Amino acid sequence: MTGPRNAAAVASLVLLCAAVGCTNFYEIPIETPIQPKMDVTPFTRILVAGFISGGSDDVDGNLETVRLLRSQLRSKSTLRVIEAEVLPLAELARDQIKAAPSTGAGSTATPASTETTGGGPGQPAGEPVAQPPAAPQAPPPQTSQPPVGEPAAQQPATPAAGQESTDGKIRNEKDLERYHAIFDNTAFWKKVGEEHQNPLIVTGTVLFTNTQTSGFVNQNREIIDPLGRRVVQPYRVYMERKGFIIESRFVFIDGRTGTVLFSDRFHEEVLYPAQQQTPALSSYFELMDRLIPSFLGSLSTQRIRGTRVLLK
Amino acid sequence: MFFRAVTLGLMLVLPAAAAAAADRGAAKQQVEFGIKVAQTGLWREAQYRWERAVDLDPTYAEAWNNLAIAYEHAGKFDEARNAYETAIKLDPKNTMIRQNYDLFKEINDRTQKRRGGR
Repeated sequence: MTGPRNAAAVASLVLLCAAVGCTNFYEIPIETPIQPKMDVTPFTRILVAGFISGGSDDVDGNLETVRLLRSQLRSKSTLRVIEAEVLPLAELARDQIKAAPSTGAGSTATPASTETTGGGPGQPAGEPVAQPPAAPQAPPPQTSQPPVGEPAAQQPATPAAGQESTDGKIRNEKDLERYHAIFDNTAFWKKVGEEHQNPLIVTGTVLFTNTQTSGFVNQNREIIDPLGRRVVQPYRVYMERKGFIIESRFVFIDGRTGTVLFSDRFHEEVLYPAQQQTPALSSYFELMDRLIPSFLGSLSTQRIRGTRVLLK
Repeated sequence: MFFRAVTLGLMLVLPAAAAAAADRGAAKQQVEFGIKVAQTGLWREAQYRWERAVDLDPTYAEAWNNLAIAYEHAGKFDEARNAYETAIKLDPKNTMIRQNYDLFKEINDRTQKRRGGR
Protein backbone atom coordinates (compact mmCIF):
# COMPACT_ATOMS: atom_id res chain seq x y z
CA MET A 1 0.00 0.00 0.00
CA THR A 2 2.78 2.36 0.93
CA GLY A 3 4.82 1.38 -2.17
CA PRO A 4 2.72 3.22 -4.76
CA ARG A 5 2.30 6.13 -2.38
CA ASN A 6 6.06 6.51 -2.02
CA ALA A 7 6.53 6.26 -5.78
CA ALA A 8 3.97 9.00 -6.31
CA ALA A 9 5.69 11.18 -3.71
CA VAL A 10 9.06 10.69 -5.40
CA ALA A 11 7.56 11.46 -8.80
CA SER A 12 5.96 14.62 -7.38
CA LEU A 13 9.28 15.64 -5.88
CA VAL A 14 11.03 15.10 -9.19
CA LEU A 15 8.39 17.15 -10.97
CA LEU A 16 8.58 19.85 -8.34
CA CYS A 17 12.34 19.89 -8.65
CA ALA A 18 12.02 20.14 -12.41
CA ALA A 19 9.48 22.93 -12.08
CA VAL A 20 11.16 24.96 -9.37
CA GLY A 21 14.72 24.13 -8.62
CA CYS A 22 16.13 22.79 -11.81
CA THR A 23 14.68 25.23 -14.31
CA ASN A 24 17.49 26.99 -16.09
CA PHE A 25 15.54 29.16 -18.49
CA TYR A 26 12.68 31.61 -18.27
CA GLU A 27 10.70 32.93 -21.19
CA ILE A 28 10.09 36.63 -20.75
CA PRO A 29 8.11 39.13 -22.82
CA ILE A 30 10.06 42.17 -23.97
CA GLU A 31 9.22 45.33 -25.86
CA THR A 32 12.00 46.46 -28.13
CA PRO A 33 11.86 50.19 -28.79
CA ILE A 34 12.46 51.26 -32.36
CA GLN A 35 13.65 54.81 -32.56
CA PRO A 36 11.79 57.18 -34.89
CA LYS A 37 13.35 57.78 -38.28
CA MET A 38 13.59 61.50 -37.65
CA ASP A 39 14.15 63.76 -34.69
CA VAL A 40 10.95 65.64 -33.92
CA THR A 41 12.08 67.10 -30.60
CA PRO A 42 12.39 70.66 -31.99
CA PHE A 43 8.66 70.61 -32.78
CA THR A 44 5.62 70.75 -30.56
CA ARG A 45 3.06 71.08 -33.34
CA ILE A 46 2.42 69.26 -36.56
CA LEU A 47 0.56 70.39 -39.64
CA VAL A 48 -0.71 67.83 -42.11
CA ALA A 49 -0.88 70.38 -44.88
CA GLY A 50 -2.17 68.53 -47.91
CA PHE A 51 -1.23 66.03 -50.57
CA ILE A 52 -0.93 65.95 -54.30
CA SER A 53 -3.30 63.16 -55.09
CA GLY A 54 -4.32 61.34 -58.21
CA GLY A 55 -5.60 58.14 -59.69
CA SER A 56 -9.15 57.00 -59.05
CA ASP A 57 -11.89 59.64 -59.06
CA ASP A 58 -13.81 57.69 -56.41
CA VAL A 59 -11.59 58.86 -53.57
CA ASP A 60 -10.37 62.37 -52.82
CA GLY A 61 -6.87 61.29 -51.88
CA ASN A 62 -5.89 64.70 -50.58
CA LEU A 63 -8.82 65.24 -48.23
CA GLU A 64 -9.08 61.64 -47.02
CA THR A 65 -5.35 61.32 -46.37
CA VAL A 66 -5.21 64.58 -44.44
CA ARG A 67 -8.23 63.58 -42.33
CA LEU A 68 -6.87 60.12 -41.63
CA LEU A 69 -3.35 61.23 -40.72
CA ARG A 70 -4.62 64.01 -38.49
CA SER A 71 -6.88 61.64 -36.59
CA GLN A 72 -4.08 59.08 -36.21
CA LEU A 73 -1.62 61.72 -35.04
CA ARG A 74 -4.11 63.11 -32.55
CA SER A 75 -4.33 59.76 -30.77
CA LYS A 76 -0.87 58.31 -31.36
CA SER A 77 1.55 61.21 -31.29
CA THR A 78 2.63 63.68 -28.65
CA LEU A 79 2.71 66.50 -31.19
CA ARG A 80 -0.24 68.88 -31.24
CA VAL A 81 -2.13 68.53 -34.47
CA ILE A 82 -3.02 71.81 -36.15
CA GLU A 83 -6.50 71.98 -37.57
CA ALA A 84 -6.27 74.08 -40.70
CA GLU A 85 -7.73 74.22 -44.16
CA VAL A 86 -6.44 71.44 -46.35
CA LEU A 87 -4.15 72.90 -49.01
CA PRO A 88 -5.17 72.23 -52.62
CA LEU A 89 -1.58 71.25 -53.23
CA ALA A 90 -1.97 70.04 -56.81
CA GLU A 91 -3.44 73.38 -57.83
CA LEU A 92 -0.74 75.28 -56.01
CA ALA A 93 1.95 73.18 -57.63
CA ARG A 94 0.37 73.73 -61.03
CA ASP A 95 0.44 77.47 -60.44
CA GLN A 96 4.04 77.35 -59.36
CA ILE A 97 4.93 75.50 -62.54
CA LYS A 98 3.17 78.16 -64.59
CA ALA A 99 4.79 80.98 -62.61
CA ALA A 100 8.28 79.55 -62.69
CA PRO A 101 9.30 80.42 -66.29
CA SER A 102 7.96 83.98 -66.07
CA THR A 103 9.66 84.76 -62.75
CA GLY A 104 12.80 82.92 -63.69
CA ALA A 105 12.99 81.74 -60.12
CA GLY A 106 13.01 78.09 -60.98
CA SER A 107 11.84 75.66 -58.35
CA THR A 108 11.83 78.24 -55.57
CA ALA A 109 9.07 80.27 -57.17
CA THR A 110 6.01 80.59 -55.00
CA PRO A 111 2.43 81.16 -56.11
CA ALA A 112 1.40 84.73 -56.90
CA SER A 113 0.17 85.71 -53.46
CA THR A 114 3.07 84.09 -51.65
CA GLU A 115 5.86 85.54 -53.72
CA THR A 116 6.42 88.15 -51.06
CA THR A 117 7.46 85.56 -48.50
CA GLY A 118 10.99 86.86 -48.56
CA GLY A 119 9.67 90.00 -46.86
CA GLY A 120 9.75 88.38 -43.45
CA PRO A 121 7.82 89.27 -40.32
CA GLY A 122 6.92 92.78 -41.40
CA GLN A 123 4.72 91.49 -44.14
CA PRO A 124 0.98 91.47 -43.65
CA ALA A 125 -0.25 88.01 -42.98
CA GLY A 126 -2.74 88.01 -45.83
CA GLU A 127 -4.12 84.76 -47.04
CA PRO A 128 -2.43 81.67 -45.69
CA VAL A 129 -1.65 80.43 -49.13
CA ALA A 130 -2.52 81.33 -52.62
CA GLN A 131 -5.99 80.38 -53.72
CA PRO A 132 -5.41 80.41 -57.43
CA PRO A 133 -8.19 79.92 -59.88
CA ALA A 134 -8.59 76.25 -60.39
CA ALA A 135 -7.23 74.89 -63.59
CA PRO A 136 -9.96 74.13 -66.08
CA GLN A 137 -11.32 70.77 -65.16
CA ALA A 138 -12.18 68.35 -67.82
CA PRO A 139 -15.22 66.19 -67.28
CA PRO A 140 -14.41 63.09 -65.27
CA PRO A 141 -12.92 60.66 -67.70
CA GLN A 142 -14.24 57.19 -68.12
CA THR A 143 -12.12 54.74 -66.28
CA SER A 144 -10.70 52.65 -69.03
CA GLN A 145 -10.98 49.01 -68.24
CA PRO A 146 -8.01 47.10 -69.51
CA PRO A 147 -8.58 43.79 -71.18
CA VAL A 148 -8.87 40.92 -68.81
CA GLY A 149 -7.97 37.36 -69.33
CA GLU A 150 -4.30 37.76 -69.97
CA PRO A 151 -2.59 35.30 -67.69
CA ALA A 152 -0.49 36.82 -64.93
CA ALA A 153 -0.92 40.27 -66.37
CA GLN A 154 -1.45 43.18 -64.04
CA GLN A 155 -2.51 46.48 -65.46
CA PRO A 156 -3.61 49.70 -63.87
CA ALA A 157 -7.13 50.56 -64.93
CA THR A 158 -6.09 54.18 -65.32
CA PRO A 159 -3.85 55.31 -68.21
CA ALA A 160 -0.67 53.35 -68.28
CA ALA A 161 2.48 54.67 -66.68
CA GLY A 162 4.44 56.67 -69.14
CA GLN A 163 1.32 57.81 -70.92
CA GLU A 164 0.50 61.34 -69.84
CA SER A 165 -3.12 62.19 -69.25
CA THR A 166 -4.39 64.98 -71.43
CA ASP A 167 -7.16 66.22 -69.13
CA GLY A 168 -4.78 67.83 -66.63
CA LYS A 169 -5.62 65.26 -63.99
CA ILE A 170 -3.06 63.16 -62.23
CA ARG A 171 -3.44 59.59 -63.37
CA ASN A 172 -0.06 57.98 -62.86
CA GLU A 173 3.42 58.37 -61.41
CA LYS A 174 4.62 60.28 -64.44
CA ASP A 175 1.88 62.89 -63.99
CA LEU A 176 2.86 63.20 -60.34
CA GLU A 177 6.52 63.74 -61.08
CA ARG A 178 5.74 67.10 -62.67
CA TYR A 179 4.51 68.35 -59.32
CA HIS A 180 7.41 67.19 -57.17
CA ALA A 181 9.22 70.53 -57.38
CA ILE A 182 6.78 72.00 -54.88
CA PHE A 183 8.40 70.01 -52.08
CA ASP A 184 11.72 71.73 -52.73
CA ASN A 185 10.15 75.17 -52.70
CA THR A 186 11.57 76.28 -49.35
CA ALA A 187 10.10 79.79 -49.59
CA PHE A 188 6.61 78.38 -50.01
CA TRP A 189 6.90 75.97 -47.08
CA LYS A 190 8.58 78.55 -44.89
CA LYS A 191 5.62 80.82 -45.50
CA VAL A 192 3.21 78.01 -44.61
CA GLY A 193 5.30 77.35 -41.49
CA GLU A 194 5.25 81.00 -40.43
CA GLU A 195 1.49 81.05 -40.65
CA HIS A 196 1.20 78.13 -38.26
CA GLN A 197 3.95 78.96 -35.78
CA ASN A 198 6.68 76.86 -37.37
CA PRO A 199 5.32 73.36 -37.02
CA LEU A 200 6.57 70.16 -38.54
CA ILE A 201 4.78 70.01 -41.89
CA VAL A 202 3.58 66.73 -43.39
CA THR A 203 2.83 66.64 -47.07
CA GLY A 204 3.50 64.36 -50.03
CA THR A 205 1.77 62.51 -52.82
CA VAL A 206 -0.93 59.88 -52.89
CA LEU A 207 -1.72 57.90 -56.00
CA PHE A 208 -4.69 55.58 -55.62
CA THR A 209 -5.40 53.57 -58.73
CA ASN A 210 -7.58 50.70 -59.85
CA THR A 211 -5.92 47.55 -61.02
CA GLN A 212 -6.97 44.35 -62.72
CA THR A 213 -5.06 41.16 -62.94
CA SER A 214 -5.61 37.66 -64.15
CA GLY A 215 -3.59 34.54 -63.74
CA PHE A 216 -3.07 31.49 -61.61
CA VAL A 217 -3.20 31.89 -57.86
CA ASN A 218 -2.48 29.45 -55.07
CA GLN A 219 -5.39 28.52 -52.84
CA ASN A 220 -6.05 25.95 -50.15
CA ARG A 221 -8.98 23.61 -49.90
CA GLU A 222 -9.98 21.18 -47.21
CA ILE A 223 -10.59 17.62 -48.31
CA ILE A 224 -11.32 14.34 -46.56
CA ASP A 225 -8.61 11.79 -47.28
CA PRO A 226 -9.29 8.04 -47.72
CA LEU A 227 -8.74 7.53 -43.98
CA GLY A 228 -11.47 10.03 -43.19
CA ARG A 229 -9.11 12.76 -41.99
CA ARG A 230 -9.44 16.40 -42.93
CA VAL A 231 -6.40 17.65 -44.82
CA VAL A 232 -5.63 20.98 -46.40
CA GLN A 233 -4.52 20.67 -49.97
CA PRO A 234 -3.01 23.52 -51.99
CA TYR A 235 -4.14 23.94 -55.58
CA ARG A 236 -3.73 26.47 -58.34
CA VAL A 237 -6.68 28.17 -59.91
CA TYR A 238 -7.02 30.68 -62.72
CA MET A 239 -8.65 33.86 -61.44
CA GLU A 240 -9.54 37.27 -62.64
CA ARG A 241 -9.11 39.78 -59.88
CA LYS A 242 -9.46 43.48 -59.45
CA GLY A 243 -8.40 45.81 -56.75
CA PHE A 244 -6.51 48.94 -55.88
CA ILE A 245 -2.95 50.13 -55.55
CA ILE A 246 -1.81 52.94 -53.33
CA GLU A 247 1.53 54.60 -53.89
CA SER A 248 2.27 57.29 -51.39
CA ARG A 249 5.18 59.47 -50.52
CA PHE A 250 5.23 61.25 -47.18
CA VAL A 251 7.41 64.35 -47.04
CA PHE A 252 8.30 65.93 -43.70
CA ILE A 253 9.24 69.59 -43.89
CA ASP A 254 10.74 71.85 -41.26
CA GLY A 255 8.24 74.70 -40.92
CA ARG A 256 10.99 77.02 -39.66
CA THR A 257 13.21 76.74 -42.70
CA GLY A 258 10.98 75.18 -45.35
CA THR A 259 13.48 72.41 -46.02
CA VAL A 260 12.67 68.74 -46.44
CA LEU A 261 13.78 66.77 -43.37
CA PHE A 262 12.81 63.31 -44.48
CA SER A 263 10.70 61.52 -47.01
CA ASP A 264 9.50 57.98 -47.33
CA ARG A 265 7.73 56.03 -50.08
CA PHE A 266 5.23 53.23 -49.70
CA HIS A 267 3.46 50.88 -52.07
CA GLU A 268 0.53 48.68 -51.11
CA GLU A 269 -2.05 46.84 -53.13
CA VAL A 270 -5.12 44.75 -52.53
CA LEU A 271 -6.90 42.37 -54.90
CA TYR A 272 -10.36 40.88 -54.74
CA PRO A 273 -12.17 38.30 -56.88
CA ALA A 274 -13.61 40.02 -59.96
CA GLN A 275 -17.18 39.33 -58.81
CA GLN A 276 -16.69 41.05 -55.47
CA GLN A 277 -17.89 44.63 -55.28
CA THR A 278 -15.66 46.56 -52.90
CA PRO A 279 -16.10 50.31 -52.59
CA ALA A 280 -12.99 52.28 -53.47
CA LEU A 281 -13.11 54.19 -50.19
CA SER A 282 -13.08 51.06 -48.07
CA SER A 283 -10.12 49.72 -50.05
CA TYR A 284 -8.38 53.05 -49.59
CA PHE A 285 -8.75 52.75 -45.81
CA GLU A 286 -7.66 49.11 -45.90
CA LEU A 287 -4.46 50.08 -47.70
CA MET A 288 -3.84 53.13 -45.55
CA ASP A 289 -4.22 50.98 -42.44
CA ARG A 290 -1.16 49.09 -43.62
CA LEU A 291 0.84 52.27 -44.16
CA ILE A 292 -0.06 54.09 -40.96
CA PRO A 293 2.33 52.19 -38.62
CA SER A 294 5.27 53.03 -40.89
CA PHE A 295 4.14 56.62 -41.13
CA LEU A 296 3.86 56.91 -37.35
CA GLY A 297 7.21 55.15 -37.01
CA SER A 298 8.82 58.13 -38.70
CA LEU A 299 7.69 60.41 -35.88
CA SER A 300 7.52 58.44 -32.69
CA THR A 301 9.10 55.46 -31.00
CA GLN A 302 7.42 52.21 -31.91
CA ARG A 303 7.62 49.16 -29.67
CA ILE A 304 7.94 45.66 -31.04
CA ARG A 305 6.64 42.98 -28.73
CA GLY A 306 8.38 39.65 -28.53
CA THR A 307 9.74 37.06 -26.16
CA ARG A 308 13.27 36.10 -25.22
CA VAL A 309 14.74 33.39 -23.03
CA LEU A 310 16.63 34.36 -19.87
CA LEU A 311 19.16 31.80 -18.74
CA LYS A 312 20.57 30.92 -15.33
CA MET B 1 61.33 16.31 -4.65
CA PHE B 2 58.39 15.17 -6.80
CA PHE B 3 55.90 15.54 -3.97
CA ARG B 4 57.24 18.99 -3.21
CA ALA B 5 56.68 20.06 -6.84
CA VAL B 6 53.17 18.63 -6.85
CA THR B 7 52.34 20.33 -3.58
CA LEU B 8 53.68 23.62 -4.87
CA GLY B 9 51.66 23.21 -8.09
CA LEU B 10 48.50 22.46 -6.15
CA MET B 11 49.13 25.43 -3.90
CA LEU B 12 49.23 27.63 -6.95
CA VAL B 13 46.32 26.07 -8.90
CA LEU B 14 43.79 25.35 -6.17
CA PRO B 15 43.36 28.90 -4.88
CA ALA B 16 42.89 30.11 -8.46
CA ALA B 17 40.25 27.42 -9.09
CA ALA B 18 38.57 28.22 -5.80
CA ALA B 19 38.54 31.91 -6.65
CA ALA B 20 37.04 31.15 -10.08
CA ALA B 21 34.36 28.99 -8.46
CA ALA B 22 33.63 31.74 -5.97
CA ASP B 23 33.36 34.27 -8.82
CA ARG B 24 30.95 32.01 -10.71
CA GLY B 25 28.93 31.52 -7.52
CA ALA B 26 28.71 35.26 -6.92
CA ALA B 27 27.95 35.89 -10.61
CA LYS B 28 25.23 33.26 -10.51
CA GLN B 29 23.62 35.00 -7.55
CA GLN B 30 23.59 38.24 -9.52
CA VAL B 31 22.11 36.47 -12.56
CA GLU B 32 19.35 34.87 -10.52
CA PHE B 33 18.47 38.12 -8.81
CA GLY B 34 18.48 39.84 -12.20
CA ILE B 35 16.00 37.28 -13.56
CA LYS B 36 13.71 37.85 -10.58
CA VAL B 37 13.63 41.60 -10.99
CA ALA B 38 13.30 41.40 -14.78
CA GLN B 39 10.22 39.24 -14.29
CA THR B 40 8.68 42.06 -12.27
CA GLY B 41 9.55 44.58 -14.97
CA LEU B 42 12.55 46.20 -13.24
CA TRP B 43 14.78 46.01 -16.28
CA ARG B 44 17.31 48.65 -15.20
CA GLU B 45 18.02 46.81 -11.99
CA ALA B 46 18.25 43.57 -13.95
CA GLN B 47 20.71 45.14 -16.38
CA TYR B 48 22.84 46.34 -13.46
CA ARG B 49 22.87 42.86 -11.92
CA TRP B 50 23.87 41.17 -15.16
CA GLU B 51 26.59 43.75 -15.74
CA ARG B 52 27.92 42.86 -12.28
CA ALA B 53 27.71 39.17 -13.19
CA VAL B 54 29.81 39.51 -16.35
CA ASP B 55 32.30 41.66 -14.43
CA LEU B 56 32.63 38.93 -11.84
CA ASP B 57 32.83 36.14 -14.40
CA PRO B 58 33.44 37.24 -18.00
CA THR B 59 33.17 33.60 -19.18
CA TYR B 60 29.53 33.26 -18.03
CA ALA B 61 27.65 32.90 -21.34
CA GLU B 62 24.19 32.91 -19.77
CA ALA B 63 24.90 36.21 -18.02
CA TRP B 64 25.97 37.75 -21.35
CA ASN B 65 22.78 36.45 -22.94
CA ASN B 66 20.62 38.05 -20.25
CA LEU B 67 22.57 41.27 -20.46
CA ALA B 68 22.01 41.32 -24.21
CA ILE B 69 18.26 41.00 -23.64
CA ALA B 70 18.32 43.88 -21.15
CA TYR B 71 20.21 46.04 -23.65
CA GLU B 72 17.74 45.09 -26.35
CA HIS B 73 14.85 46.06 -24.10
CA ALA B 74 16.53 49.43 -23.53
CA GLY B 75 16.99 49.97 -27.28
CA LYS B 76 20.80 49.77 -27.00
CA PHE B 77 21.25 47.70 -30.12
CA ASP B 78 25.04 47.95 -30.48
CA GLU B 79 25.62 46.85 -26.90
CA ALA B 80 23.04 44.09 -27.30
CA ARG B 81 24.76 42.74 -30.42
CA ASN B 82 28.17 42.73 -28.68
CA ALA B 83 26.72 40.94 -25.65
CA TYR B 84 24.95 38.31 -27.79
CA GLU B 85 28.09 37.71 -29.83
CA THR B 86 30.15 37.27 -26.67
CA ALA B 87 27.57 34.80 -25.33
CA ILE B 88 27.64 32.81 -28.57
CA LYS B 89 31.44 32.80 -28.63
CA LEU B 90 31.50 31.43 -25.08
CA ASP B 91 28.80 28.83 -25.69
CA PRO B 92 28.43 28.21 -29.43
CA LYS B 93 26.19 25.16 -28.98
CA ASN B 94 23.56 26.91 -26.87
CA THR B 95 20.49 26.98 -29.11
CA MET B 96 18.56 29.31 -26.80
CA ILE B 97 21.18 32.03 -27.02
CA ARG B 98 21.28 31.61 -30.77
CA GLN B 99 17.49 31.80 -30.98
CA ASN B 100 17.47 35.02 -28.95
CA TYR B 101 20.18 36.41 -31.19
CA ASP B 102 18.26 35.53 -34.36
CA LEU B 103 15.15 37.30 -33.07
CA PHE B 104 17.23 40.32 -32.12
CA LYS B 105 18.95 40.40 -35.51
CA GLU B 106 15.61 40.42 -37.31
CA ILE B 107 14.56 43.59 -35.47
CA ASN B 108 18.00 45.15 -35.69
CA ASP B 109 18.19 44.62 -39.45
CA ARG B 110 14.78 46.22 -39.86
CA THR B 111 15.91 49.21 -37.80
CA GLN B 112 19.08 49.60 -39.85
CA LYS B 113 16.99 49.57 -43.03
CA ARG B 114 14.68 52.24 -41.61
CA ARG B 115 17.62 54.39 -40.60
CA GLY B 116 18.88 54.16 -44.17
CA GLY B 117 15.90 56.32 -45.04
CA ARG B 118 15.43 57.64 -48.50
